Order: sequence, then C-alpha cells, then structure tokens
Amino acid sequence: MRLRIEERPVPSPLTRVLASIVAVFMALALGSILIVMAGANPLVAYRALFYGAFGSVHNLAETVVKAVPLLLVGLGITIAYRCKVWNIGGEGQLIVGAIAATWLGLALGWMPATLLLPLIVVSSFLAGALWGGAAGALKAKLEVNEVIVTIMMNYIAIYWLNYMVRGPMKDPTIAGGFPMSPLISPAAEFPRLIRGTRLHAGLLLALLGVVLTYVFLFKTSWGYRVRAVGANPEAARYGGINVLGSVLLAMSLSGGLAGLAGAGEICGLHHRLLDGISTGYGYTGIVVALLGKLHPFGVILAAFFFGAMVVGMEAMQRTIGTPFALVIAIEGLVVLFSLVGDVLVKYRIRGD
Amino acid sequence: MAFLVSLLAATIRLATPIVFAALGEIITELAGILNLGVEGIMLMGAFAGFWGAYQTGSLWLGVLLGILVGALMALLMAFMSVTLRVDQVISGMGIYFLGLGLSSFLYRVTFGVRTVPPTIEGFKEAPIPLLSRIPFLGPILFQQNILVYLAILLTPLLVLVIHRTTLGLMIRATGENPRAADTLGVNVSLIRYLCVVLGGILVGLGGVVLSTAHLKMFWENMTVGRGFIAVAIVYFGKWHPYRTFAGALLFGGAYALQLWLQALGAPVPHQLLLMFPYILTIAVLAMVARGAKGPAALGVPYKRGEA
Repeated sequence: MRLRIEERPVPSPLTRVLASIVAVFMALALGSILIVMAGANPLVAYRALFYGAFGSVHNLAETVVKAVPLLLVGLGITIAYRCKVWNIGGEGQLIVGAIAATWLGLALGWMPATLLLPLIVVSSFLAGALWGGAAGALKAKLEVNEVIVTIMMNYIAIYWLNYMVRGPMKDPTIAGGFPMSPLISPAAEFPRLIRGTRLHAGLLLALLGVVLTYVFLFKTSWGYRVRAVGANPEAARYGGINVLGSVLLAMSLSGGLAGLAGAGEICGLHHRLLDGISTGYGYTGIVVALLGKLHPFGVILAAFFFGAMVVGMEAMQRTIGTPFALVIAIEGLVVLFSLVGDVLVKYRIRGD
Repeated sequence: MAFLVSLLAATIRLATPIVFAALGEIITELAGILNLGVEGIMLMGAFAGFWGAYQTGSLWLGVLLGILVGALMALLMAFMSVTLRVDQVISGMGIYFLGLGLSSFLYRVTFGVRTVPPTIEGFKEAPIPLLSRIPFLGPILFQQNILVYLAILLTPLLVLVIHRTTLGLMIRATGENPRAADTLGVNVSLIRYLCVVLGGILVGLGGVVLSTAHLKMFWENMTVGRGFIAVAIVYFGKWHPYRTFAGALLFGGAYALQLWLQALGAPVPHQLLLMFPYILTIAVLAMVARGAKGPAALGVPYKRGEA
C-alpha cells in the first residue's frame, strides 16, 4: 500500500474543531516542558490547574467570572477579524469602557438602578466603540495600519487609567493613597447570580452578546457586508459594498463589545476603578476568538477554556510557584498551533 | 548649550534599540514577509542578552545569546510564513504573545522573585579618541556606547547591501514579484528565510541594547511597545534605512524629551508624558500611511505554480 498526501476538497467543521483541540493539547504539552524548567512536575502542576479551575463551586464560578470579559472581547475580535481588520486594541477599549462605567457610577449614583444600569451599559459600549472606531476610521480613511494604531491606543489607555486613579478619580478618603477610585453607587452594581460567589449578571450580558453577534454576522445584511469585505475587499467593492463603512462598523462594534467587558469588570466585580482592572483580557480575547475559529459559539467554548486557564494558572502560581506568565506563552503557542492545524486539515493521507 | 548637547546625545542613545529593530524589519519586509512579532522577539532578545551577561559576566556573550535567540524566534516566524504559508498577521501575534510570555516566565524562573532586581554593569560610554573632542558634535555622536556606533555604521552598510549588491536585488525582487524572481532562478524561499532570520538577529539586538546598555536590568514587557513602534517607523522610512534611521531619531527625541520634562518636574502628570511616544506614532502613521507603499508582495505567501 502506498500512502500519499492529497488536498481535502473542503475540511469539515468536525475536523476543524478537532484541529483546535489538538492545538490546545500541543500547546499544553510544550507548556509542560516549561513547567519542568520551573522545577515542578507537569502532572502535579496541571492537576493544580484543573482543581483551581473546576475543583469546587467557588472555583468554577471564578472560571466563569474570568470567562465573561474574555467572551465579550472575543466576540468583538470575531467581528473585526471576520472583516479582516486586525484589532489588537481590546485591552485599551476595555479600559476606556471601564473608565466610562466608573465615572457614571460615581457621578450619577443618585439615579435608580433601572435607569443607571442601562445608561452605563450603553455608555461604556460607546466609549469602547469610539476608541476602536478611531482606529477603524484611520484605517478606512488613511490606510493606517490598524495593528500598530490599536497597540498604541492600548498604551495610551493604560497610562490614562494610571493617571485617572492617581488624579481626577482618586479616592480621597484612602490615606497614603492606593491608586483607586471610590466605590461606585450600589445602584450601578450588577446583581450577583450565585450567592457566595462573585459570578455576576455580566454573564447574561455576555451571552446576549453571543446571540446578537451571531445574528449580526449571519442574519443581517450589515454582517454579510462585513464578512464579504473580509473575504475579498476588491470583490466586495466591485459588488457595490461600502468597504470603508464596513471597516468602520466592524471596528466600532469590536471596540464596543470590549467596552462592555470593562463595564462588567467595574459594575459586576470590582465596583471601583483600579490600575489592574484588566489583566491582559484584551490580549487573551484575541486568542479566544482565534481558537473559537471566529464563530460566536466557538468563542463561548474558547472563553470558558481560557477563563479556566487564567484561574487555574493563578492557583498553580500560589500552590507550586510556577510563574503566571506561563499562560501568555501558552496563548502564543495556541495561536501558532491553531495555524498549523488549519494547514494540516487542508490535507489528508490516503492509502492506495 | 550643554543642555541641548545632552538632549541630542540622549536622543541618539534612546533611538538605538528602535534603529536595530526597524532595520531588521526593513530586511524582513523587503523580502515580502510582514513580521509583526517584532515586540516579542525584542523581549526575548532583551531577556537572553541580560541573562547571558549576568551569568557569564561577559557583555559580548550576552549580545551573542540575545541575537541567537532573536534568530531562533525569527526562524519560527519564517517556518510559519514561508513553509506553512499561514496568515502573517496572525502568526506575528502568536510570536508576540509567545515572546512576551516566555521572556517574563524565564526571567521569573531564572532569577526568582527578589526585592531588589538583579542588575549588570552594562555597556559604558566608549568615547572615540579625537572625534569625541570635536565641540558640540563630539559629545553627541562620539561619546556613546559601542552599540550606538554599531547602529550608526550598520545603517549605511544596509543601504549598500540593499541597493548596490546582487543579493539586495534578489531580496527586493522577492518582495516585489516573487514569481518573476523565481522564474529568473532566485530561490524565493531561501531568500525569505535568510531575510527573516537576519531581521530577527537585528531585532534581538535591539532588545539586547535595552537590557544591557540602557536599563542594565530586565523586567516584564520592558519594551512597552517599542517593537510595534519600530514597525511603524519602517512605514515612515518608506523601507529605506536612512529615512528609517531619521524616524528612529524622532522617537529617540520623544523619549529624551519626556525624560527631561520628568526630571525637570514639569507641571504635567508624568503618565501623560509617557503617552507622548504613542500619540506621536499614530500621528506619524496618519501623515505618511497613504503614500507609503511597501513591497508589492508584502504579506502574501508565495507558492510555486499557483496563479
């Protein structure tokens, strides 16, 4: 029997899902080499990770808590990348959303929750949409590389946040001064879903985001245009699609969803603005979207997986001292192995 | 006058990491590969350079290790983009995350958590005899550390290679029209591998400069965007080393000015001063982007026998 490699006509969805799972396992396998370098036993380490992420109701709730911002950012990235607009500005867009949410939660605290919460949700979406839309406008109008602009805007947002919590928004009652804002009004807090855990209503917002993203991308003409531009901008232009408008729309929605993630972190979790309001969710959200194959349903699974990774790695760092930065390295490996997987599923081995 | 001299000297010194990284990206992009993993490669170079210098006590062994690691990271990028022909933007992000995570991880593993971060002696100023005594220009150009001189010499050398040699012609042909280059007998894959790895060596060196000549220590994400700024400067420099060097100086100036204003106690919060280079990057890109047309085949994978 002779084996030969040939191209598959069309890779089935199942093989693509399988490729994602294999990519994750390859990344974790390479990660275990790093764990050995850190002087730990990978099996012990990964067991600590697994227990940390799923070991109790509390741990599982924490995993979902981390998955919420990842899901929202990942959905936004999905929309942008479907349009082939490479937004890596989720971090900055999340931060401006968080700043907007805090500001309203402090300034309009006298409002009833029924008015204040919708106002905060809409405003932080708009703040993120403006931050992302600015990069989209520069790309659409001036052909400025959005990868660089969005990264630059991340740093601008981070320094702006550092300034806000030390200057205009600093809590004056905290002596010595931890850099943080005062607590927002209770009316601006998202309700908690399970008593005794930190799981908050941001989860419902994120799940609503999944449905809306799905409907937008696959059931509206706007979404069709965004995908057409991503598939082939020349053909889309020739077909009469407003390419500039689609790019701007994709970037604005992308930023808006990240802005919502910022509102979730403030109103659902911390109830105040802090330096470390985002621990890299904007970047991990990119990996979530890619691992989820830019499909809203895939993004749910990927967000849950990386929520577990983040919570589990924190536990791993606490219990056996493996540095948390491992999770970022594994994210890089997941991206690279996913790409390798996409190449491999295009081929199959046949025996004659 | 003394103030202007020190500001300009700092400008050149602070521009050096970006000069190396941007020159590396020029070689890479001229061959048609868009490497957006520069930031991650720079961080790996910075860590490896620092670790090597700390462990061996030899700065030059540190430099060697830094460029070796830069070359290895770039080899991975080349494998993804040339052999597997995957999307270069996404593989660049993968390299970025990998470099960011791995450099922080390895730093924690090798040095542990310490209250006082480990430092090295680092490269010192090596004034060039006679030249450094020239009034005004001497202290600006010729009282720098040796890596600064290397950056200044490398720039014209690169112009020479790119525009005056057969190899340079082959590189540019590969980036402009790989099919035509292939037809004329140029080994497109080989040229691309070569350029990506050479580029990685320079990018890694840019990182080494940060950790061994500027700060003399390493910390997580110590490049804070310089790798991406280097990519932006390649656009600004329209893929020409001299213009790119000038662009890097612009940023060196921005960093120098920001440090000077901070030291002066300017009545502006220093977080706002820190934003300055990033705002400048966006402004510069917005001004030049439309006219900046790179190599025609930039970012497009090449496959023989495919239209």
